[in-house]
Amino acid sequence: MQARGTIPWPLGVPALLAALFLLVPLAGLLVRAPWRGLPRLLADSQVLDALRLSLVCASAATAVSLVFGVSLAWVLARSRVRGISVLRALVTLPLVLPPVVGGVALLLAFGRQGILGRLLDEWTGITLPFTTAGVIVAETFVAMPFLVITVEGAFRACDRDYEEAAATLGASRLTVFRTVTLPLIGPSLLAGAVLCWARALGEFGATITFAGNFPGRTQTMPLAVYLALESDPDAAVALSLVLLVVSVAVLAGLRDRWLSTGTAP
Amino acid sequence: MRAPVNDRADRDGSLRMSGTVERGSFHLAVDLFVAPGEVLGVLGPNGAGKTTLLRALSGLEALSTGSIHLGPLTLDDAATDTFVPTQRRPVGLVFQNYRLFPHLDVRDNVAYAPRVQGAGRRQARATADTWLERLDLTALAGRRPHQISGGQAQRVALARALAADPGLLLLDEPLSALDAKTRLDVRAQLRSHIGEFNGPALIITHDPLEAMIMADRLLVIENGRVVQQGRPAQVARQPATQYVARLMGLNLYSGTLDPATCQVLLDDGGTFTVTLGDDDPLASSGAGRSKRRVLVGLRPSAISIHTTRPAHASPRNVWKGSVASLELLADRVRVQVDSSPPALVDISSAAVADLALRPGTGVWLSAKATETEAYPDPGTPRRKSTEKE
Repeated sequence: MQARGTIPWPLGVPALLAALFLLVPLAGLLVRAPWRGLPRLLADSQVLDALRLSLVCASAATAVSLVFGVSLAWVLARSRVRGISVLRALVTLPLVLPPVVGGVALLLAFGRQGILGRLLDEWTGITLPFTTAGVIVAETFVAMPFLVITVEGAFRACDRDYEEAAATLGASRLTVFRTVTLPLIGPSLLAGAVLCWARALGEFGATITFAGNFPGRTQTMPLAVYLALESDPDAAVALSLVLLVVSVAVLAGLRDRWLSTGTAP
Repeated sequence: MRAPVNDRADRDGSLRMSGTVERGSFHLAVDLFVAPGEVLGVLGPNGAGKTTLLRALSGLEALSTGSIHLGPLTLDDAATDTFVPTQRRPVGLVFQNYRLFPHLDVRDNVAYAPRVQGAGRRQARATADTWLERLDLTALAGRRPHQISGGQAQRVALARALAADPGLLLLDEPLSALDAKTRLDVRAQLRSHIGEFNGPALIITHDPLEAMIMADRLLVIENGRVVQQGRPAQVARQPATQYVARLMGLNLYSGTLDPATCQVLLDDGGTFTVTLGDDDPLASSGAGRSKRRVLVGLRPSAISIHTTRPAHASPRNVWKGSVASLELLADRVRVQVDSSPPALVDISSAAVADLALRPGTGVWLSAKATETEAYPDPGTPRRKSTEKE
């Protein structure tokens, strides 16, 4: 008989290999980091520009996702219109779509010659590709589904009983949403927003395809890392380190919230 | 805004409903009237449609046919396509599981209705404080729902519903979520609080004692249909169905009465001799003293149990059977006897020992004709008496 708690080797060995595989590259990043030159590398104005742009764009994309994505999530969770499940599958497609493909699709839609982009250009003179706004659009496209899927699950799991109770007390549907539903799914909303923000921060493929790589305007951290790898490997490692720190901070922030489903207060 | 019902003192604020609700294959058909200040107890087994009735009254479910009127208001009328949505009905509903908002403290739970109906935050809280004081909850105002007991939560739920100033109050099994000890205290309090409410009130329960204490009148629903209505005492004495009889602790038999001989031929086998008073409507039934369907109620304590055929002649109904089971109640033993007709018999535990009763023991049962209460069968479809309650 095996003692309780021993791990059989056919499971233990692959598990160990998997853990090493995931951790060794990160450890490598720490080992090879040019610690001494770090302040100089990070003080570089281009690096700071990229970091600032990344934070601003990821936050803007999250804000846009919150405004539109929460409503979309509510409709997906609550609407009984036929075909809503097809819509749900389609709007969450960017979750699995290669980001570069997303970037190409965005160009075809919002590019200067795109279906909507041409109209936008003609009527307002605004063009999105290769602008900071374009970065936000690309990041929103890729990251919003993460928020939608998280919040939609919370809306589904959210106890309708409380909403009924609110209705019997005289609250309209919108009031119920504002005063009961949203507060009840608060934790999931936060989790969804953080996931969305983290995904937007790391966005590369769609951004470089749709918005290009202009320092100070569209060059976000991941783009800067990729570029620096060719010209200044030390800088690439330093930039990667910054992104790693941000990711770890996000993960730590999520840990407590992640397990709560959103219906529990 | 909600439709105002403030002038219900000079206008009739009664609840009138006559309609049906279809819910999948389930069909509920109810006619009812509740006067202002009256408390109607709605009794019925699980799945009978009690909660569906409350949902229809509160607008969480729409009528398929018929209408609901509250005083001068039409809340639902299938014929004219009128449907007042839940949030605009002046109906207070206390849910079975209370459904207090977990993210709000007790005061804000009670202030919720005035707040969403347009009162300012301070005014809503002031209204809430009035209700908290009236229901003796002031000390709990700052607590969250998970920090209070079940009995307290029940009062908060009532306060929250009353703070909306409803014209109709509905309570769905208000005591079922409480433990037995709390229930006794809360029941007495709840009765007095509901008594102060001056609109019509409905209280759903499956506990007959609760219904008798809380309600002025009872309405019994089974399988989506009203099977009996009346004052609690009358329902207890003359149950219309096996379910009600079991609730009230009575043996109930259906059969055919021959007024000439005072004999009832029972559907479950056997014959009972019953007494009919001179003023008994059955004795002088209009249709020329012809045979007719009746129900016979028999208290378990009115039946005697013997191990040999009783020799003395005074009890006039004697029948044979065997003990199916014995159950110890508080101060007596309830013996279930397989016989035609089957019977529940209450005897003392000393008698059980004296007679050496155990499952399988052959016994004779006897009951005086004067103990059997026969009354006209209202003619509702009834489950077989062998079915469990």
